[in-house]
Amino acid sequence: MVDLTPKSPCAGLLPFVCGRVQLTENDPGVITSVAPFAGKNDAVSVHLAEAIGVGLPETGSFDAKGEIQVIWAGQGQYFIRAGQSQSVPGSATTDQSDAWACVLLQGEDAADVMARLCPLDLRRMAEGHVARSLIGHMNAVILRREIGFEIMVFRSMAKTLVHEVSAVMRSVAAQRGATQKR
Amino acid sequence: MKRIDGKGLIDRNRRVNFRFNGRTYQGFDGDTMASALLANGVRVVGRSFKYHRPRGLMSDGSQEPNGLVELHRDGHITPNVRLTQQELHGGLDARAQNYWGTLDWDLLEVNDLLSPFLSAGFYYKTFMWPRAFWERLYEPVIRRAAGLGRLAMKTNADLYEKAFAHCDVLVIGSGPAGLMAALTAGQAGVDVILCDEDFRFGGRLNAESHEVDGLPGHEWAATVIEKLRMMPNVRLMMRTTVTGAYDGGTYGAVERVSHHLANPAGRPVETFWRIVAKGCIYAAGAMERPIAFQNNDRPGVMMASALRGYLNRYGVTPGKRVAIFGNNDNAFRTAQDLAAAGVHIAAYVDSRADAAITGDFPIYTGAQVTNVKGRKQVEGVTITGCGTVMADCLAVSGGWNPTVHLACHMNGRPQWNEKIAAFIPVPGMVPGMEVAGAAGGTFSTLGCLKSGIFRAKEVLKGMGLSARAPVMPDAEDAPTRITPLWSVPGRGRAWLDFQNDVTVKDVKLAAQENMSSVEHMKRYTTQGMAPDQGKNSNVGALAVLADATGRGIPETGTTTFRPPYTPVSIAAMGAYAQGDGFAPQRFTTSDARARKMGAPMIEAGLWYRPSYFPQEGETHWRESCDREVAMVRSSVGVCDVSTLGKIDLQGPDAAAFLDFVYVNTFSTLKVGRVRYGLMLREDGHVMDDGTTARLGPEHFVMTTTTAAAGQVMRHLEFVRQCLRPDLDVQIISTTEQWAQFAVAGPKSRKLLNALLDAPIDNDSFPFMGCGMVSIGGVAARLFRISFSGEHAYEIAVPARYGESLFEALLAQAEPLGGGAYGMEALNVLRIEKGFITHAEIHGRVTAFDIGMAGMISAKKDCIGKTAATRPGLLGEVREQLVGLQPVGQKREVSAGAFLFEPDAPRDRLNQQGYVTSVGHSPQLGMLGLGFLQNGRARHGETLRLVDHLRGTDCFVVVTAPVFMDKKGGRARG
Repeated sequence: MVDLTPKSPCAGLLPFVCGRVQLTENDPGVITSVAPFAGKNDAVSVHLAEAIGVGLPETGSFDAKGEIQVIWAGQGQYFIRAGQSQSVPGSATTDQSDAWACVLLQGEDAADVMARLCPLDLRRMAEGHVARSLIGHMNAVILRREIGFEIMVFRSMAKTLVHEVSAVMRSVAAQRGATQKR
Repeated sequence: MKRIDGKGLIDRNRRVNFRFNGRTYQGFDGDTMASALLANGVRVVGRSFKYHRPRGLMSDGSQEPNGLVELHRDGHITPNVRLTQQELHGGLDARAQNYWGTLDWDLLEVNDLLSPFLSAGFYYKTFMWPRAFWERLYEPVIRRAAGLGRLAMKTNADLYEKAFAHCDVLVIGSGPAGLMAALTAGQAGVDVILCDEDFRFGGRLNAESHEVDGLPGHEWAATVIEKLRMMPNVRLMMRTTVTGAYDGGTYGAVERVSHHLANPAGRPVETFWRIVAKGCIYAAGAMERPIAFQNNDRPGVMMASALRGYLNRYGVTPGKRVAIFGNNDNAFRTAQDLAAAGVHIAAYVDSRADAAITGDFPIYTGAQVTNVKGRKQVEGVTITGCGTVMADCLAVSGGWNPTVHLACHMNGRPQWNEKIAAFIPVPGMVPGMEVAGAAGGTFSTLGCLKSGIFRAKEVLKGMGLSARAPVMPDAEDAPTRITPLWSVPGRGRAWLDFQNDVTVKDVKLAAQENMSSVEHMKRYTTQGMAPDQGKNSNVGALAVLADATGRGIPETGTTTFRPPYTPVSIAAMGAYAQGDGFAPQRFTTSDARARKMGAPMIEAGLWYRPSYFPQEGETHWRESCDREVAMVRSSVGVCDVSTLGKIDLQGPDAAAFLDFVYVNTFSTLKVGRVRYGLMLREDGHVMDDGTTARLGPEHFVMTTTTAAAGQVMRHLEFVRQCLRPDLDVQIISTTEQWAQFAVAGPKSRKLLNALLDAPIDNDSFPFMGCGMVSIGGVAARLFRISFSGEHAYEIAVPARYGESLFEALLAQAEPLGGGAYGMEALNVLRIEKGFITHAEIHGRVTAFDIGMAGMISAKKDCIGKTAATRPGLLGEVREQLVGLQPVGQKREVSAGAFLFEPDAPRDRLNQQGYVTSVGHSPQLGMLGLGFLQNGRARHGETLRLVDHLRGTDCFVVVTAPVFMDKKGGRARG
């Protein structure tokens, strides 16, 4: 039997640390997209609350219980991140575990790095908030976690993501070093 | 040295060397290049745009029209940097712009002698004939002669940055009004950003000598800034010019991050900010305006306020014997400050006869300066009624123009205010913006302080907040007294626009030639264009125009104020987009392996795909391509097709939804089967094609082309949300989830069976069958589809296993005589079979054109169905898909070539069709696909194929678009 070896989206690209910010790859576990069919929102939410302990979150936010998270991911669409795939009656589900490059941006200057890449008003992004927005040129799912920002972009764009974020990290670190005037 | 002891906000203990035009000079920390050059006695800093007249510094701020230089650093050039904004640092190497020869002896100063011929409209009138000369001769020569800074003509290696900021209240400008506004808003607890383009907060307070609250103005400003700095809700942005006001409370701003540093050490040059604010207090101050008189552009003629600025902020006096010419009370401050510093006042000229002025120097009221003596510097000034007075510097004040620019950026027009003889903003021109202080026409310091508080409270009120006013400081409250004077009558040229060399005569000539609208006058004379944006000249020029056309100033009106307020580097707006940063790059999971095999990459949308996989001994891509094609036809080839769009559709109405978007029927497709589908746009033209597999009764996976994946996803989302919200279907892209490989060729099943956990056969996976399989214990999807015409499959595994599966497929292919194939071979394989790509379905073709009209189901509706039957979209008039095979000696067919009757002229009118794809078939030679008028009825005809661009000209015979295995037996085998 052939032995297939898995490879993560950012293998060989991360971690990257610069100044007071670090960028690391975050293994998202199993991502299941859930899109409730017409009129099934409540039923799906109740089912999930019973099955995994977390129902559907509000638009623009995510709920978590332990390792399990349910993330709003767009109009009528949610991502469940858990240890295993989920079957959710009354909804369309797909496996998205390999579709996303997930990275964590954390550290004292993480917000300054984000401000140079993402048009969101980060002041309004509290822990538990999620947004679909841009990172540089890339569409992204951005989650505000306690420890920092998690950024999800298409797997194929992992290299561009790391390149763009790390370039800005270098720039921000250089500007933070600008205590001496001349 | 022309420094005045004890004056200025410079650090005299820190000397800084810098270079200007190849010479080394010395200044102090806190100097601008402008102040340091003046302190070194440098008068001529540039040459004028058109006449190449020597020019000196005129102002002390961002409105400077003359002091524009190139900054050189490590072989790179930043052009058009204002000396008045550039801070001194040890690495500074600045060079003057726009001269031939040397700055002192500019050969093109001959233009100045030719000036009678170079008036407004000269180029329009003169270089009309012969027509062809404009592009080849006139324009290049004129451009060389008239210009701003140069570029290094190298790829710009400098780092630039873009950033976003959000706040409740944006305060633009940190003079007395801006400081009080920021303090008021800051104390109210809202998020405040205070921007100032200077490298020291305080605005005019740093340049004037009067006191605020008993402290020197600059010291008072520093205490307020300290207070603001302590507030966590206030962000201070220095060296940041807000350059534009846009919709939705968005403001553009440029931060000069490292222009002032000798060693940028990884910092960007500039950051382009987009600041989104709920409210804004615009406190950008005012700009002093010149008066036009003969030779008013001579080096040493400066704004009166600039003299105060250089004296009070930098401790520099540009002259030893200074004459002053004004039409308002404000100019008198220059005399007071200079006299207090011990500078000799040669003459004080006030055009107002009733001016009440006393001083210990010669005062001429009701008089005017009519001419300036001297060429490279002022040597004397001619005053009406008293001849010429010796002077080496002339301070001019024609009054003040509120800096209304940003308030007008959303097409609002400012209003003329007779009392201060200036345009002021009208409330509400930019939603959410309040104009405070001098920008709104309030010129006294006390008035500005009050206005800052009041406008901040207005903005806060608009946000539903009330604020406590900070304690009101004491300050001067002089009234504005002015009698307008725009130009002094007399002979000779009197300058209005120094940057574009526009004179009073030019404006009058424009009026005489019926360019009487201010917008026409601007374009005819070029007044107010370029980096300057008319900061110094707009009001003066329109006043002269008003006079020349016999209208008033309010009726004449201003030209349109547009962003940016000061120039913004394109590099800053395009930050991150240089080189590879232009767009995200998408890489397949097999990318690294393919590159290791030496495959050159070709871009397909944002994706990178291997063109071919060269083997040892192959010297030309065609050799590799021919081998790969033959390999697929005879054994087996492997190709990464993950880039094709994969869209997952699920729901009770998924089948009905597909019936609506595809021309053919999918509701009849059996589970475990795949069908080719064609979708149209609303206008009846082909949007995309691809296969769709039915994985379950309510579960489909659609494959799109690589190029149209995003477009199709968007289209489906639109149909789902807007056209057919009645259908219960959910769609999501799974393109990135799966790594998918085509395994094509007669030995494809053999290869797969060597890897699959359970073997497949023709029954379990017949042609156009699909299902789940297991490979190395990993659940995979297998589709028996073919884009090569061979017995072929596409196998998809979760992307994490992509690279590993690619390795395994190649390892198994090798002993079978197979291997990897790239885009070139893929293209030849599909052309041989007449399969279309977006080369054929390029947006202007219909299903009829490609011979698929019969696929449009008569039994149901679909998008584009009705539109596809419009007159002109059917029948003989259409260019229809055909095959093309060269005949005769020359066999160089090329995509993009046109088709003609053999004897017809090879021009546009006789063009009968065109070639969309060509490829070299190892078996059949060169093949082409193309579109030909009534082509399906013309198989067998010989036509001429001409590619005017490549010089190709040969004969082709028209065939059916399928060149091999017309019955499709190979794919079913």
